[in-house]
Amino acid sequence: MSGILVIAEHRQGEIRPATFELVTAATGLKEQSDGTVMVAVIGKEPDRYVEDLGVRGVDEIITVQVDQDEFQPDIYEACVRGLIEDKKPSLVLIPHSVDAWGYAPALGAGGEYGFSTDVFGIRYEDGELVATRAAYKEKVYMDVDFPGKETIALTVRGGVFKPEEEKAEPTVSSFNCPEVQARSQHKQFIEPEDTGDIDITQSEFLLSIGRGISEESNVEQFEELADAVGATLGCSRPIADSGWLPKSRQVGQSGKTVSNCKLYIAMGISGSVQHQAGMKHVENIIAVNTDPEASIFSIAKYGIVADIFDIAEELPGHFE
Amino acid sequence: MKILVAIKQVAILDDEFEMLDDGRDVDHDFCDYEINEWDDYSLEEALLIKERSNSESEVVVLTVGPEQSEDELRKCLAKGADRGIRVWDDAIEGSDQVAIARIIACVVEKEAPDMVFLGVQASDHAFAQTGMTVAAMLGWPHAAVVSSLDYNSGDNHATLKRELEAGLEEEIAIDCPAVLSIQLGINEPRYASLRGIKQAAAKPVEDLSHTDLGLNDNDVGEAGSVSRIRKMYIPERGHAELIEGTSAEQAKRLAEIIKEFRGV
Ligand SMILES: Cc1cc2nc3c(=O)[nH]c(=O)nc-3n(C[C@H](O)[C@H](O)[C@H](O)COP(=O)(O)OP(=O)(O)OC[C@H]3O[C@@H](n4cnc5c(N)ncnc54)[C@H](O)[C@@H]3O)c2cc1C
Ligand SMILES: Nc1ncnc2c1ncn2[C@@H]1O[C@H](COP(=O)(O)O)[C@@H](O)[C@H]1O
Repeated sequence: MSGILVIAEHRQGEIRPATFELVTAATGLKEQSDGTVMVAVIGKEPDRYVEDLGVRGVDEIITVQVDQDEFQPDIYEACVRGLIEDKKPSLVLIPHSVDAWGYAPALGAGGEYGFSTDVFGIRYEDGELVATRAAYKEKVYMDVDFPGKETIALTVRGGVFKPEEEKAEPTVSSFNCPEVQARSQHKQFIEPEDTGDIDITQSEFLLSIGRGISEESNVEQFEELADAVGATLGCSRPIADSGWLPKSRQVGQSGKTVSNCKLYIAMGISGSVQHQAGMKHVENIIAVNTDPEASIFSIAKYGIVADIFDIAEELPGHFE
Repeated sequence: MKILVAIKQVAILDDEFEMLDDGRDVDHDFCDYEINEWDDYSLEEALLIKERSNSESEVVVLTVGPEQSEDELRKCLAKGADRGIRVWDDAIEGSDQVAIARIIACVVEKEAPDMVFLGVQASDHAFAQTGMTVAAMLGWPHAAVVSSLDYNSGDNHATLKRELEAGLEEEIAIDCPAVLSIQLGINEPRYASLRGIKQAAAKPVEDLSHTDLGLNDNDVGEAGSVSRIRKMYIPERGHAELIEGTSAEQAKRLAEIIKEFRGV
């Protein structure tokens, strides 16, 4: 067992950035796993992705031609299993993405490979692989190992490793997908509805509310607060799921990435990784939370340990 | 028609907490317990299908957990689930999600439901793994992160939407029986009625051990796992500069920062 196999992710004809983050992660481990870095791409015309995948650190691109370009879990599982049996890598890296959630866990099910998810640290200790991931709303980390497993498959958190961008020309080979029957069929992609609401991704200053506001009747107070301080109102997912604010206001993995934001005030938001996905890049983050251990404080520039209602009460007076 | 819903009792850390002496978990004296948020949605989805159904139908809730997790099963029964199954014994301690999934898959084989629902992820360890592992063990069709479901009892296929990143969704058709992981926001979970809570006490909860399911000691616990928690710890990482003082003082400083930013 040697080498690292990265499974590329693509959607609607584009390689997703997480793929290049995994290349960086793999390159960093190359020596210890003493072997090559292989990137496999599964698709209808996988050759069309080869040029994009040619970046520094990749030794070999493996194309796997299948009947459809859209993700399908039975096909991906069969291909990745086939690749593992053929290439015998010691490590398989897969983005911790919604598509991966649909098939990667199947790799752990057979018991022959080590498996864990949402990993953001990978190292070798005395020749043994140790993966780091978080628990309990990101308040603690755990180191996970895989006793007795010669191949370990991990899904890797996005936004942790810097994507490799330097172009290179790795060798290219192809691999035949094993016989497989797809038991679900892709019908269509559905783009998010344009509700005509303001576009929070344009805003330089957001004030976002989370579950800490407790009740729908409190939304209005924070709407007024955002107005008073000149911010656009955003929210975490529970607020949008409850219908208290439109989905278009949701910041995070399944909502918006607030790419133009320079000041972000998070009120009553714990800082889940999915929320962070949409805002952790912001230069000035200020978090208000009653829980001094809330993980949002680990990415914020300024922290205010306080009740959001007390702060919301006091703040407008300074803007009259 | 029968739908099996797997639920997990999750631990919520108190604002202050300590680690266990063995350094492999937090001390659970510093935790509150509740049903995993995602599981409220998958239970609701099952109850809606049952209520739409013209034929005899049943919603069975399953948890793999110690005695106290029966509380969560009872809450599901109070909302309208028909019966509960709880699997636990000492050998199950130390199981990773693969070993947990193996137990769930055995119950599925025993119960032979028409559909199996799980949550997308459990809020405590956030593996987002169990559902699709169960499906792989059973060899059933599966879909993860289901945000809308068109399925009625007796159907041999379903149409559903998967929630992808950045608000994009994907519509797929899938053969049934299937294993689905259900996403937040797919429905509006109900609250239990007073009457429901009273009735729940009388509904059956079956307690099973791994041997009752025909599993060996090697199938569960660390032996049946593909990963092991080596240690758990409070990470050293960056921390915000704290703005101290009374809330009036904190708000004043916050106002200054905002004004400075806006250049007013
Ligand atoms: C596939 C997937 C996609 C997701 N996409 C997103 C996404 O795009 N965006 C997103 O936000 N989430 C997303 N989530 C959900 C995410 O996992 C969390 O559940 C969510 O972010 C939690 O929101 P929250 O921080 O508001 O709530 P909680 O985690 O419940 O935190 C509430 C916080 O408020 C604090 N608090 C309570 N009362 C007060 C008070 N009076 N004053 C001050 N502080 C108080 C608490 O200490 C706590 O820290 C996604 C999950 C999945 C699985
Ligand atoms: N111990 C358990 N008992 C029953 N169901 C579980 C258990 N652990 C996880 N699950 C199910 O798997 C889902 C996802 O959990 P996870 O894969 O651990 O993030 C949960 O929402 C539950 O439906």
